[in-house]
Amino acid sequence: MLLGQSLGGPRKLNIYFRETIRHMMDIGIGSVIIVALIAFFIGAVTAVQFSYQLGGTLIPRYYIGYIVRDMTIIELAPTITCLVLAGKVGSNIASEIGGMRQKEHIDAMEIMGVNTASFLILPRVIAGLTMIPLLVFMAAIISIFGAFVASVPIGLFSADEFIKGLGMFYDPYNVFMMFVKSVVFAFILITIPAYQGYNVRGGSIELGNASTAAVVFSNVFILLSDYFIALLLTT
Amino acid sequence: MIRVEKIYKQFGDLEVLKDINVEFERGKTNLIIGRSGAGKTVLLKILIGLIIPTSGTVFYDDTDFYKLNKKQIRKLRMEVGMLFQASALFDSYTVEENIRFPLDMFTNFTPAEKSNRVNSCLEKVNLEGVNNRYPSEISGGMQKRVGIARAIVMHPQYLFCDEPNSGLDPKTSILIDQLIRDITRENNITTIINTHDMNSVMEIGENIILLQDGHLVWQGSSGDVLSTDSGIIQNFIFASPFLQRLKKLALEK
Repeated sequence: MLLGQSLGGPRKLNIYFRETIRHMMDIGIGSVIIVALIAFFIGAVTAVQFSYQLGGTLIPRYYIGYIVRDMTIIELAPTITCLVLAGKVGSNIASEIGGMRQKEHIDAMEIMGVNTASFLILPRVIAGLTMIPLLVFMAAIISIFGAFVASVPIGLFSADEFIKGLGMFYDPYNVFMMFVKSVVFAFILITIPAYQGYNVRGGSIELGNASTAAVVFSNVFILLSDYFIALLLTT
Repeated sequence: MIRVEKIYKQFGDLEVLKDINVEFERGKTNLIIGRSGAGKTVLLKILIGLIIPTSGTVFYDDTDFYKLNKKQIRKLRMEVGMLFQASALFDSYTVEENIRFPLDMFTNFTPAEKSNRVNSCLEKVNLEGVNNRYPSEISGGMQKRVGIARAIVMHPQYLFCDEPNSGLDPKTSILIDQLIRDITRENNITTIINTHDMNSVMEIGENIILLQDGHLVWQGSSGDVLSTDSGIIQNFIFASPFLQRLKKLALEK
């Protein structure tokens, strides 16, 4: 119902546009460092672990590049990035909107005649759907770069082997799958916290609970939808 | 004019408002008073549609508020201004952006027209030159005045004030009261104020209703407060020995 209200036609597009840009900056630019850091180490650890696991087997070393690339694109970049963003962005949205509810900002807007569900949620959804897939794409690239930087200089495999692996069996459909996941996860991690924050009642304990619930539910739904998307797009 | 008809409100087993019938007149400062828990805030929130009554309705002039659909309610609310107890200014907006917010949302004014309207409202509340400050950078009294400026920027027909004097020093309280009364008279709007401030009652109470345990138990003006024999109003308004002595002196004069 809240989602339906939030899609109610915006009165002033320029105000909504300004709000959307503000949230794009918060969600996108504000998350670049944490996403980059996590992506780098995910790539690094994946490469090191696979190098260890393939050690002593007949599987060629260049397979590490191929495995890192596909694991990153299909699963790690969208899922881990969005789980992290559910914590960072999701809790922020729940607390911000919940705080506005408690400080009567939402009531003040309602009394002015503003469709608060639309004004508070729609720009965040648009910002999330735009910025989060870009963050996931960035995470995928940084992750692969992290795998290279963490493994090649210490001799786990050579640069040529890694680059050869990266180019093997490339299927653009995997990139499509990554974007599908990132869009669905973005929608989940924006709307669930927005709902929790919008409907918060009571004081600071309830606000804290709403923020926690926002992160927990977002994570659970991201993982559930990850499974169903995998089923839908791969079988 | 706002007319309340047969309002009842129940939260679970708790009856908060019982058979409230009252008319709030245009061009007058209408006060809702009563002890904490008497149902003042619930009544105010029912008047503006933030709480739905269990039964009964509210008329804005001839319009039955509770028969309007969401779109019509939003349209009507553009004629409503509200000053909240804690001002409810948006923290991330400057004073100017706060006051301009309804203009940005609902008008096609040019930036210059909006700026003129904001400045004229700030002038009305005696608060010039703070346009670029944030709410956290101004005092509580100034925040209340910014709240009033935001409430009147759309030239509302109905003004609601929830405890406008709470947390203010006596002098600032008087200024806020005078401001609300002047705005009400100048613009001939229907103003409803929820307060426990006895100074407000005596200074600007043109139509006062007293709620007790969810019932409307007394109605009159500030002049009537002094002359009435009603024990309920006497006990409520002149609760302290100091105020009782003051009343005695006033009557002797």
